[in-house]
Amino acid sequence: MKKFKFPMRYVPISATILVFFVVYLIGIISFDNFGSPKVFLDLFVDNAYLGIAAIGTALVILTGGIDLSVGSIIAFTSILIAKMIESGCNALWAIALALAIGILFGMLQGWLIHCFSLPPFLVTLAGMFFVRGCGFIVSEESIPIKNDRVFDFIQNDLSITLSKGLHLRFIVMLYIAVLIIAIIFSQRTRAGRSIYAIGDNELAATLMGIPVGRTKIMTYTIAGFCSALAGVVYAIYLKAGNPLNCVGLEMDAIAAVVIGGTLLTGGVGYVFGSLFGVLVLGLIQTLIIFDGRINSWWTRIIVGLLVLAFIFMQNLITKISKSKSKSH
Amino acid sequence: MNKTSNRFRHLVWPLVSLALLLLFNAFFTDNFFKIEIKKQDSAQTVQAPAVPDNPPAPGTSWITPENYENSSDSAEAAAKTVDQAGQAAQAAAEPQQAPEKNDGKGVSIFGYYLYGTPIDILNQGAKVMVLAIGMTLVIATGGIDISVGAVMAIAGAIAALLISMLDAGSFPGASMGPAIYWIIPVVAALVLATLAGFWNGMLVAGFGIQPMVATLVLMVAGRGVAQLITDGQIITFDNPGLVFLCNGHALFLPFSVWIVVTMYVVAGLLTRKTALGLFIESVGNNERASRYAGIEARRIKWLTYVICGFCAGVAGLLAASNIKCADSNNAGLYLELDAILATVIGGTSMAGGRFFLSGSLVGAILIQTLTTTMYMKNVSPAIVAVPKAMVVIIVCLLQSPVFRAKVLSIFASKAAKGGVQ
Repeated sequence: MKKFKFPMRYVPISATILVFFVVYLIGIISFDNFGSPKVFLDLFVDNAYLGIAAIGTALVILTGGIDLSVGSIIAFTSILIAKMIESGCNALWAIALALAIGILFGMLQGWLIHCFSLPPFLVTLAGMFFVRGCGFIVSEESIPIKNDRVFDFIQNDLSITLSKGLHLRFIVMLYIAVLIIAIIFSQRTRAGRSIYAIGDNELAATLMGIPVGRTKIMTYTIAGFCSALAGVVYAIYLKAGNPLNCVGLEMDAIAAVVIGGTLLTGGVGYVFGSLFGVLVLGLIQTLIIFDGRINSWWTRIIVGLLVLAFIFMQNLITKISKSKSKSH
Repeated sequence: MNKTSNRFRHLVWPLVSLALLLLFNAFFTDNFFKIEIKKQDSAQTVQAPAVPDNPPAPGTSWITPENYENSSDSAEAAAKTVDQAGQAAQAAAEPQQAPEKNDGKGVSIFGYYLYGTPIDILNQGAKVMVLAIGMTLVIATGGIDISVGAVMAIAGAIAALLISMLDAGSFPGASMGPAIYWIIPVVAALVLATLAGFWNGMLVAGFGIQPMVATLVLMVAGRGVAQLITDGQIITFDNPGLVFLCNGHALFLPFSVWIVVTMYVVAGLLTRKTALGLFIESVGNNERASRYAGIEARRIKWLTYVICGFCAGVAGLLAASNIKCADSNNAGLYLELDAILATVIGGTSMAGGRFFLSGSLVGAILIQTLTTTMYMKNVSPAIVAVPKAMVVIIVCLLQSPVFRAKVLSIFASKAAKGGVQ
């Protein structure tokens, strides 16, 4: 009947993409060189770790939960890797161990949340404190990663030179790869669809025979893995580990997911949206750096306003679709 | 009997945890429970013979016993000095000592105050206790406010900005003198924080946005606003009135404790002696049903966010007063989480519908006691988070009905097996 009509569920993600291009256009018009490919690529380089963390956050939010331990796990992973390399361990082992810890920790959080029906907010909050403290136990000070073969190899040999002075760095490729896997996982696999079903209505999902517990624990495990991977990327990006870094990064990740068009109540949204959410956050920062006159604190305020705008839009859409389903 | 035990059942686990913690301290921390009564004029009397010979000396020695507490506690409201003066043994020494008193101590109305670790816990925990009062009411309606830390930063920033402008004489009211005009920033901070609460309430109750999401906005933007207010600077101040809030003493105890007590009593009376508490619980239980029953559900929700904003304002003032400056980046950082933890530890359900103000206070004290214990055991402040997180999970598990049922069923099955054999 209404074949030509634009589906309602694509509105938020289209709005995100629109916001991205509008902000990008503003940048190009206002500043020379803003449109240069280097600026665009740097957007990915600077935000690859945030993007990977946001993928995990997006999946968790889709189940109707929340993960606040992201920033702490990133800091912990980076300092753990730096410390292990400093004490003479092979970087690959360090990375593997860090990822394993991330996975186990995510699993533990999911287990606590599901098996004892504790609020996700509280469990991941405690997780945040716990991992942050663990980071300080590893080392209270920043440790640089110097002269490591693996890191040098990643830095120098694992980047594709697109043209002169323009490199597609490994962390960017890794981010894109993880993103594509996550998109396929969430849209094309049974487990991915289960995530949506649980986020929309957990009781209905249980009654339908969807393995709710397994899916939820798996989602938090993936989130833990994504956070740990983000930590690895962060260590590669900074070539250092610092237990103090990434305080409050979980809020940036959540903001990126919300700006990316995902409903915080769960069940609605796309992992793909988190890409544009992250890019919009990055663009705003780049714009303010380019301008140089504006107080950098405006970043926080603008991000806050953007989150607000998207929340309003989501609310409106939910109301419209509800009234539609009633009228049918 | 049964009724009272039910009424206080929510307090059992937090109190048991607190008792265990205190017991640990009683055995393993030296002087943990040592509470001294400091008497200001006693020091003065002891030193008194020296007064005639060497006027500056009593001043310095007079301050010394206090140095390890907070030597830079600057000045005190003039009225309080008069009280101290009244108690002073040597009237002759008075004129010389008056300025010294103003400078050195801070302090109590009647010349006595308690001093010791437990008192310190109360003083340091005051911020979280105040926050927890507001947070409890919000959580009782089934909501949550994760912006209180940012609101604290805003309140501290505006107070510090105004006091620095008043000190510089560039704000109307400067002519009243520092002893009085500190009220202006306090009022301004409270008004602004209440407005922030009003904004949250508008988003949640007015527009029907999910509470966690609605308050996320202010949480993200709030610190930016605070930074704009202070222009990214850390503004320091030493106005006696403002510093007194968290560093002064009155009636034996730190003044901040009295602020907590006042707010607790007012909140308790409001919720338990009027219908408001019932309304809040009813809205938290079932909003739609309450609306059908004739309760203005939206207005009740709105009100709880306004109260929470006000509490955040008070906590922001305490935080700024404690360190005598407004640090927009770190003021109240993670305190929203502490406040939520305190509330949940106190037995208030995150799902709403039930609340226990007393439990929240015990929860806040438990968190602070744990922190202080760690500090006294020379644990690095950064690592304190680890045991804190463990305690949180343990207390949450103990309060989780599912966990209790599972543990009970394990015991039950073991008992059954034992019976069979």
